[in-house]
Amino acid sequence: MTGGADTSVQGPAAAHFAEAGPPPIEVRGLVKRYGELTAVGGVDLTVQTGDVYGYLGPNGAGKTTSLRMMLGLIRPTEGSVRLFGRDPMQTVHALQGVAGFVEAPTFYPYISARKNLEMLAAYDGGGASERIDEALEMVELTGRQRDKVGGYSHGMRQRLGIAAALLRDPRLLLLDEPATGLDPAGMRDMRLLIRRLADQGMTVLLSSHLLAEVEDVCNRVAIVRQGKIVYEGEIAELKRGAGTRYWLETTDDERALAVCQAQPGIADVRIEHGKISFTADEDAAGTLSQALVEAGALIHAMAPQTVTLEDIFFSFTEGDGVPTGFTNPAHAEPAPAGEGAR
Amino acid sequence: MPGVATVYRWELFKLRRQKRTYIGLGAAIIVPILFVLAIHLRHHQDRGGGFAFSDYLDRSGLAVPLVILLFGAVWMFPLITALVAGDIIASEDHNGTLKTIFTRSLERWQLFAGKALAASTYAVLAILLCGTVAVLAGSVQSGFNSLQSLSGTIVSAPKALELVYVSLLVYLIPIASIVCIGLLLSTVTHNSAAAVVGTLMVSLLIQLIGILPGLGALQPYLLSTQFNAWQGLLRTPTDWEPIVRAAWVCALYGIPAIGAAFLVFIRRDVAGG
Repeated sequence: MTGGADTSVQGPAAAHFAEAGPPPIEVRGLVKRYGELTAVGGVDLTVQTGDVYGYLGPNGAGKTTSLRMMLGLIRPTEGSVRLFGRDPMQTVHALQGVAGFVEAPTFYPYISARKNLEMLAAYDGGGASERIDEALEMVELTGRQRDKVGGYSHGMRQRLGIAAALLRDPRLLLLDEPATGLDPAGMRDMRLLIRRLADQGMTVLLSSHLLAEVEDVCNRVAIVRQGKIVYEGEIAELKRGAGTRYWLETTDDERALAVCQAQPGIADVRIEHGKISFTADEDAAGTLSQALVEAGALIHAMAPQTVTLEDIFFSFTEGDGVPTGFTNPAHAEPAPAGEGAR
Repeated sequence: MPGVATVYRWELFKLRRQKRTYIGLGAAIIVPILFVLAIHLRHHQDRGGGFAFSDYLDRSGLAVPLVILLFGAVWMFPLITALVAGDIIASEDHNGTLKTIFTRSLERWQLFAGKALAASTYAVLAILLCGTVAVLAGSVQSGFNSLQSLSGTIVSAPKALELVYVSLLVYLIPIASIVCIGLLLSTVTHNSAAAVVGTLMVSLLIQLIGILPGLGALQPYLLSTQFNAWQGLLRTPTDWEPIVRAAWVCALYGIPAIGAAFLVFIRRDVAGG
């Protein structure tokens, strides 16, 4: 498992990609209203087999409510959720092969971690109880399994939440802010764990505020704002859509600004920290430098800036909508299974 | 395959790990002992009391459980019952664990049924424990002797013991309604304390209605009245009428309560925790 640039899918993941059938998550027109308040305002998204899918949005954007509807915990006002083609509101069997948690994972504080897992395994049936040791080992809680959960730290509970999810031997894992409240080492461990699970072929939906984490772990994202998806697609595509941002210093910035604004292929021109800033692809940037010279604005410096997912996230969630230079494939046909880059 | 029995088993396990279980069961044990101690201490003082079996407290230990049944109906048994019935679902809200169990492989109705059975089991255990301790403590104090029935006939000690246990079983009919009301309040309030206190308040309110002037016609249909149905067993011949009435009157209280609790439980949104 690697970051967004790695497009290879090997081992068990490849086997999963080869599976036919409905996608792990298919959400259409999902709406949840509480009286006058619209918590989720028409979400459409599709998570394909093998995706590690980032679900991003500011606080109050409706991410957790969406996840609760996906897990059948909340009844949608409108729209539908299908997990592997099954409706989680109809029967709990729709959650077969699905596991995860929303907000912080919760357990009975007055019994031990082991007993909590034994109970959940009993509720799952099948071979879940045989996976307890393995799950505890995977989240490195074997040594503390006999302690009451009431004495666990936040990070230990998060890890226990993962262990509880793994008992179900899931093909799809839904995780809501799994690294929230963890220290840097805990965050790193959680990221590594998610990567490891994804490498084993698990499809993961990861809701997170930690954009670096999402950028590092996920191949696709949905950005949700005020209960609606404003972008859905591959991270690589998203970054391509953002273009490369350059900053520019010249002998005559006023003239250079006018040239930039008039030049084809140059977008989102603005002054930032006293410098001209714009987005362009490599060819357009080359043509611009020639046009600047011809206009008599000699270039002191022109350098590309790295666009991070965080930059793009804020431009989506704090601006007026889809930022300049982006195409929004949120409602486009999803990529066929197996095309996702991880 | 996991099912209601799985939930039931684990609910009982969880009950065994909670203090409130032992507070309730502890009260069921201690109250008869304290009662017998009180009888012992008043031994040389004025006697009497003017209630059923009060005259027999010094003559037969088997009168002790019957007197406790009589007074326990006011608040003790409703409270002991409510301690678990009012908590068993609300505590899931408190711990935020509904979302944990709702996303496993059991249907919500199975979870509800398992919890309802566990709460009922606890109530049965508390009543039988209280009755047994009362028989033992009463027998130590006043002897395992024959008892005079409410009709004035003398009942042998073994027969009286049998009647005590059948009375305890009849007593479970209104207790079952209290369980149902506790489950309803536990489900709708999402708050353990509110559900426990609320269940007790409902019980006390019904008793209050029973003593209000001008509402005497309601008396046979009040839940509180059904706590005395067992007295029909202590008459010769046995008076089944109050027992039969207790069965259907309690059903009128209990079935709508548990039905509403069930519907709320299986349809509710789990937006917190």
